[in-house]
Order: sequence, then C-alpha cells, then structure tokens
Amino acid sequence: MGWPADVGGCVAEVMVGSGLEVMARQRGPIPLDASFSCPAGELLALVGPSGSGKTTLLRTIAGLYQPELGYVACAGSTWLATDRRCVLTPQQRKIGMVFQDYALFPHLNALANVQLAMGHLPHAQRQPLAKQWLANVRLEGLEKRFPSELSGGQRQRVALARALAREPQVLLLDEPFSAVDQVTRRRLQRELALLRQQISIPIILVTHDLEEAAALADQICVLHNGVSLQQGSPELLFRCPTSPLVAKLLDRHNIFEGHVVSISGQRRLQWGERYLEVAAGLADLPLGERVTWYLPPSDIVLHRRDRPSQGERENPVAATVHEMVVLGGITSISLRVSHGDMLRFDIATHAARRNQLALGESVYVSLLAEGIHLMSGDHVAKSLNNTSPNNKRNLS
Amino acid sequence: MDWTALSVSLRLAGLTCLFLLPVGIWLGRTLATAQFRGKGLCEALIALPLVLPPTVLGFYLLQQFGRDAPLGSFWASLTGGGLNFTFSGILLASLIANLPFAIQPIQRAFENVPINLREAAWCSGLSPWQTLLRIELPLVWPGILSAAALTFAHTLGEFGVILMVGGAIDGETRTLAIAIYDRVQAFDEQGAARMSALLLLVSLTTLGLVYGLAGRRRWVRG
Repeated sequence: MGWPADVGGCVAEVMVGSGLEVMARQRGPIPLDASFSCPAGELLALVGPSGSGKTTLLRTIAGLYQPELGYVACAGSTWLATDRRCVLTPQQRKIGMVFQDYALFPHLNALANVQLAMGHLPHAQRQPLAKQWLANVRLEGLEKRFPSELSGGQRQRVALARALAREPQVLLLDEPFSAVDQVTRRRLQRELALLRQQISIPIILVTHDLEEAAALADQICVLHNGVSLQQGSPELLFRCPTSPLVAKLLDRHNIFEGHVVSISGQRRLQWGERYLEVAAGLADLPLGERVTWYLPPSDIVLHRRDRPSQGERENPVAATVHEMVVLGGITSISLRVSHGDMLRFDIATHAARRNQLALGESVYVSLLAEGIHLMSGDHVAKSLNNTSPNNKRNLS
Repeated sequence: MDWTALSVSLRLAGLTCLFLLPVGIWLGRTLATAQFRGKGLCEALIALPLVLPPTVLGFYLLQQFGRDAPLGSFWASLTGGGLNFTFSGILLASLIANLPFAIQPIQRAFENVPINLREAAWCSGLSPWQTLLRIELPLVWPGILSAAALTFAHTLGEFGVILMVGGAIDGETRTLAIAIYDRVQAFDEQGAARMSALLLLVSLTTLGLVYGLAGRRRWVRG
C-alpha cells in the first residue's frame, strides 16, 4: 500500500541546540542539492520560483519524501540519515504541518480535526486542550463547524491549531497564505508574526512571495532548481546577494558589469566611461577582471536640482529619465546612463513632482560607494542562460 | 410464493456482500492509490463480468468447477465435495460475477480522497491503520454503501451465471430469479407475478435505504 518504510537504526546522538538541520541531495527525478538550518524560535523562509524544490524539501523534513541522500535532525534527534539507514516515519517525527490547501478532514468538525492530532495525550485532556488551541487562533464558538462551513481564513486557522496541537518540534508551513484573499492574508500574516513570539520551535515557511518572506522571516534561503543558493537575513540577502542569479531570483534590479581598473594608484570600478569608487572588495580582485556588481535601489541618491544634496560628490552619474511608473505614493524611475545601462529605483511620488522629473529630463544621481556590492560567480547573462531551460518545470 | 428460493437468494446475496466487501475495500484502495505494472490489465479483468454475457461466464466457471479442472479438484481436496450444482458453487460464481459491482464504486470513492488528507493524518501522528479507520473509511463510506447495494441487488437478480453453474436444485441453487423463470415455464403466472413483485420491492428497499443513508451527511454541504 506504499506506507513510508519504518527502518530502525536511528541512534540518538548528541546535537548542540534544538534547531533544525536539513540536507538533501539527489540527481533525479527532482534534482536536489540543498542544505539549510533554522534555530529554535526563528522563522526560515524557503523562497524560489515554482519547481525550485521548496515543497519537496518541506516534505523531506516531514518524512513524506525521501531523497537519495538526506539528513534531517531536529531538537537533538536524527529524523533522517540515509547514510546510516535511519528513516523515521512522519508519525515518529514531531512535526506540525500546515498544507497549502490546509488538508482538513472534511468529515470532522473543527474541534475533532484538532483533537485528532493529540494522540500523544490522555483521552480526557484532549477535548479541553483542543478547545484551548482553537481559542488561541481566535476560533472560539466555531468548534462544531465542519470545514465546509468555514471561510478560507478560518480553515487556515484550524489547520494551524491542528499543527500546533501535536506539540511539534518544528512547524512547517507550505504556502499557507496562498489560498486566501489579500485582506485575510495580511491579517493571517500578522497573526503568524504574533504567534512566533509565543512558540520556541523552528518554523519553516515555504513561499514564493518575496515580500511575505522579507516581512516574516528571520532568515531566507533562496532555492533554484533544487539547489540552495544562499541563506541569510532578508537585509543581508537584499543588500549582498552572493550571485547574479540570487539577485535575479530576489527580483533585484541594478545588476551591471564592469572592470577593475587603476586610476592614479587607486582601484576603481570602470562602468561605461565612469570610474566608480567602491567601499569594499575591489582590492582583492586582479586588474582588468570583469565583475558583476549590484547596487540596492536605496543607495542611489537623486540630486536635488535646487540645492546640492548629501553625498553629491560620491560617484556622480549623469542620466536621462527613461521611464516613470506611478504606483500610488511610490514612483518607480528608470534612468538611462550614457552607455545604455538602466538604473532603477523608487522614490516618493511627491518627491518626483518636487524635482520636476519628466521623461527625457537630465538628472544626476550618486551611487553610494558603500552600497556597491561585487558578486562572485558567473556573469549575469551566462549564469541566467545556463539555468533557464529547467526553470519551466513545475514540481510544486 | 417459493419461500425456499427467497431464502436461498437472500443467503446468497448476503454472503456475497460479506465476502466481497473486504476484498472490494482492499482492491479498490490499492487500485486507487498504488501505481504498478499491469494495473490496467487488472482493472480490465475486474470489469470483464460487466460486458461478458452471463452464460459465457457461467460456461467457463462450469468448466473450471469440474472435478478434473484445477479449481474443482482443489476444492474437492479441501472440502471433499464438488462445486457444480451446489450452493458453494453458485456463491463462488456470484463472487466472481459481482467483482466489478463491489470494487468499482469503492475504487472511485478512494480516488476522490485527496492524497494530502492521508499525509495530514500521518503528520498528525495517526498510524496507517488509524488513518484508514478514522479518515479514509468515513470518507469512502458512500462508495462502500453503494458497492454493497449494487452487489446485493445484482446478486438477487443474477440469472444466467447461476443457472449455468447451479441449475435449479430446490433449497440449494434455485434462487428467486430462477424460480420465477420456472413458474412462467409452468404457466403459473400468478406465482411469477408475486415473486417478481417481491424481488422488485426488496431491490427498491435496498437501494432506497442505501442512497438515503448516503445522502444524510452534513459535511458534504457547501
């Protein structure tokens, strides 16, 4: 019948901390080469396009999927170690899982759905505690409702209560906000942020929504074609992506190429006809090296026309306004630099008005040396071309 | 009214259901959830009694039930008796003829249970058996009921296969359907009419009961 195999041999081993460690590697059918970790009490977001293996990795943690080579340890015990033939069943791992469509049991009411996950407790305790869990997710009074009689947001809360009622050692959330409307999503995200303060287990959130990941996660792990490319705090990732591919996956713009040159004894980054100052990293590179660099939009400073602004002398660049897209209070501006590259950043719409920005106007901006981030790895075009054919696969 | 024939019919239908439902649940679940080579062939063999003329099925069974055929001799070594023209024989024939009625509704029902409900049950700590008993069976219950109803009603009405394998031995293999035929042959139209009406009533009650019960589930709404 295809039940997950129950193989013995998982010897308890001493592991420092109570976090989650995951490693998965295989060639096919779903290629994987990922490793990440999440300390207790933190939230790690797995982000990546569809088909990047996010859900497969979540299922690996849960024991619903077994990669050829894999290692999963949580709260000091090993759940999966393929090299030692240690494979715990989903039942043996203490996991709380919220499925993408919630997977509530349709024939059981909300209370019974939660109670079902409390097999580890004596019978008498289950019902009062299940009520407590439902109250925790603000569903008191709806205990007797069946899933079909609940709204999308309420179902998600029942699923969360059921996952927590198991008193798990890790909470796994598979795109938990994708099936609800925008307003409900905001509210549920807020509730998750509040809930995080109450539980001290690792939380893994699978999402393709970068904003959601940045808002909720302590750490983000970027996945592409099953490969974990970079793990770090949202601030770190958005400022210092390790490769052009990570930058692209994080929807970053302002990725350019330049050369390392020496101008009167000083290392500079040649970009078109300009020589840019860079705060860190240039000294380690050989002269003439071609590098890909990235500048966060926050480090592009628009010079005010009426009076000189701060940092005006830092990497001044002349450009013409190529595109202006007003999105409510924010205007997204694309500037064309003389050699053709395009700088993109957002400013407040009123600031754009005050500066009398208009298509075709000439403006000056400063590229802050502190923000220029040199990237290792391949050049933009090459690394993106290499990976694009697999990008279309949809595995999730 | 041939009460003996009615009792044979009811006994046959009841036992067929009793033996076939566990098989139907197991096979239906396997066919719905597992992927294996030869699955299509397996499904085709199960569906065969639907399209095969009952007399053809009966003919082959008659041959297999003979004492020199492997099945017949195996049965004889097991029980000492024969299969042809015995109640055991028509029961075995009825089990085979009813395979599609018992398996297909259950298989369809299992196919409609989302895979992630099983996974959610495992993640909630339920063992595979607990998952079957507490999640899957309650969800496929309507399928099991309709399998039971179809099997029961179809066995009551089965004619060709039973006649081929069992003949019409009073109290042993003469079912109500065969008794009706015998009555008509003997120009006893009144007797045939009474028994036909009874068969109609029993079939209708069974189906009504089953579909009535299946429809009374609150969680299906909405």
